[in-house]
Amino acid sequence: MEPITTDICIIGAGPVGLFAVFEAGLLKMRCHLIDVLPQVGGQLSEIYPQKPIYDIPGFPTVNAQQLVDGLMEQIEPFKPTFSLGERVNELQKLDDGSFITTTSDGTEVHSKVVVIAGGLGCFEPRKPAIDNLEEFEGKGVAYMVKNPEAYRGRKVVLAGGGDSALDWTIFLADIAEEVTLIHRGDTFRGAPDSAEKVFELAKQGRINLVLQAHIKAINGNGHLQEVEIVDRDNAISVIAADNLIPLFGLTPKLGPIAEWGLNVDKSAIMVDTVDYSTNVKGVYAIGDINIYPGKLKLILCGFHEAALMAQSAFKQVYPDQKLSFKYTTVYGVSAF
Amino acid sequence: MINLTIEDRDGSRRPVEIPEDISLSLMEVLKATDHHILATCGGMALCATCHVQVVEGPEKYFHATDQELDLLDTLPDAAHDSRLACQLRISEDMDGMVFRILGEE
Ligand SMILES: Cc1cc2nc3c(=O)[nH]c(=O)nc-3n(C[C@H](O)[C@H](O)[C@H](O)COP(=O)(O)OP(=O)(O)OC[C@H]3O[C@@H](n4cnc5c(N)ncnc54)[C@H](O)[C@@H]3O)c2cc1C
Ligand code: FES
Repeated sequence: MEPITTDICIIGAGPVGLFAVFEAGLLKMRCHLIDVLPQVGGQLSEIYPQKPIYDIPGFPTVNAQQLVDGLMEQIEPFKPTFSLGERVNELQKLDDGSFITTTSDGTEVHSKVVVIAGGLGCFEPRKPAIDNLEEFEGKGVAYMVKNPEAYRGRKVVLAGGGDSALDWTIFLADIAEEVTLIHRGDTFRGAPDSAEKVFELAKQGRINLVLQAHIKAINGNGHLQEVEIVDRDNAISVIAADNLIPLFGLTPKLGPIAEWGLNVDKSAIMVDTVDYSTNVKGVYAIGDINIYPGKLKLILCGFHEAALMAQSAFKQVYPDQKLSFKYTTVYGVSAF
Repeated sequence: MINLTIEDRDGSRRPVEIPEDISLSLMEVLKATDHHILATCGGMALCATCHVQVVEGPEKYFHATDQELDLLDTLPDAAHDSRLACQLRISEDMDGMVFRILGEE
C-alpha cells in the first residue's frame, strides 16, 4: 500500500482534531485524520451525542452531535482526508524530520507534522474477564459485527444486555445457524421493542436466551469451539460455538500513545504552552490528551490550543515562508 | 462522621471518613481520597467507569436504579450488587458500609 502523503497527520477525530483541520487549512496546510472509531466526533459522538453543551461561544446551547456536524461543515472547504475505524499503533520519525504514522490496518501516513488529538485515548471494546480471550481474537472472537454475512450458517454466541447485543441477536437470528444470547440480568434495558422481539424469538425457539448468567471460559483448538457458561447458582453449561461476540460497549484507553517516547504524566502528554509542542520536534498534542499547569479539559481550550499549534506547525511545513496572520473576516475562508 | 471502607482492585482495604453534612456522591469521595476511578463523564450516568460493588451495608444499597441498570448492562463484570458510584449520594445510613472498586483504572 502506498503511503498517504499530507502536511499534517492528526491522530484523533474528536472536536479538537476536527477544528485543527480548520486552523491548519487557514494556513494552507493539508490534513489527514485517523480515528479508531468508525465515526468522527470523539467523546461527543461516542458518549453524549444528545447532551446540550452550554459553553461554546456564540451558541447559548448546542447539542453535542450538532457541534460535531457543524465542525465537519466548517472544515469541508479544506478537503481533509480520513482513515476511520483504524487505530494508530506506531509513530516513526524519519531522518529528514518527517513522520510515518502507521495504523492497525497497515495504512501509512507520511507527514511533516503529527498532531496528537487523542483525547482520553483510543475507544476500545470492553472485554469480559476470560483468561484466554485474546488468544481467540480473530479466531472466532470479535467485538463488533463488521460483516454479518460472515456468520451465515454458524453457531454464534452473543453476550451483553445493551442495544447492540439486542439488535445483533435479532439480525443474526435470520442468518446464523444458531444464536445464543447471554445476559447477566433477567430483563433488558435496551429499546423496549427490541427487548420484546428477543423474548419473542426465544419463545419461538429461534434463539437461545440464557439469562442471569455469564461466560466463564472459552475453548477451542486453534479456533473457538465452545463457550462455558455459569449461571447464578454456579451451575456450568457448555455451548458449541463457532463465534463469540461480546458486546459491552467501548471505553477509552491511552493505548499505544504511551509508547512513542513522549513525556507522559498521568496518562497525558506534557506540552509547551507556547505552541503545544511535545518533547519530540514536529509532534504536537492538543485537547484532552495534553497536560500543562492550569490545564482545563474543555472543548474551548482545545480549540485555542489548535490555533496556536497551527501557527507553529506552519514553520515546520513551510520552513522558507513567512507567516502573516490574517483574520477570516477580512479574507473569507476560500481565500486562504 | 460517616465511616466507609473502600476495597481496591488488589483487595487492599482503606477506611474513609466523611463529614455528615457534605453533599457528595460516592464517586466524588473516591476521587477526593485518591482512589483511582476514571469517572469519565463526571457523574452524569453516561460512562459506567465508576463501577463499584456493595460488599456490606443496608439492603437498599444493593439494588441499582433503572438509570444505573441501563449502563450496568454494558459492563462485562456487573453483578446483582453492582452500583455506579456517581449515583450514590452519601448519607448517614451508609455508615459502616464496605464498597469494592471495580471500575477501570
Ligand atoms: C459527558 C461529558 C460531557 C461533557 N461536557 C462538556 C461541555 O459541556 N463542554 C466542554 O467544553 N467539554 C465537555 N466535555 C469534555 C469534552 O468532551 C472534551 O474536552 C473533548 O471531547 C476533548 O476533545 P478531544 O478532541 O481532545 O478528544 P476526544 O473527544 O476524546 O477525541 C479523541 C479521539 O481520538 C481517538 N484516538 C485516541 N487515540 C487514538 C489512536 N491511537 N488511534 C486512533 N484514534 C485514536 C479516540 O478514538 C477519539 O475519537 C464533556 C465530556 C463528557 C464525557
Ligand atoms: S461517572 Fe460516568 S457513570 Fe458515573
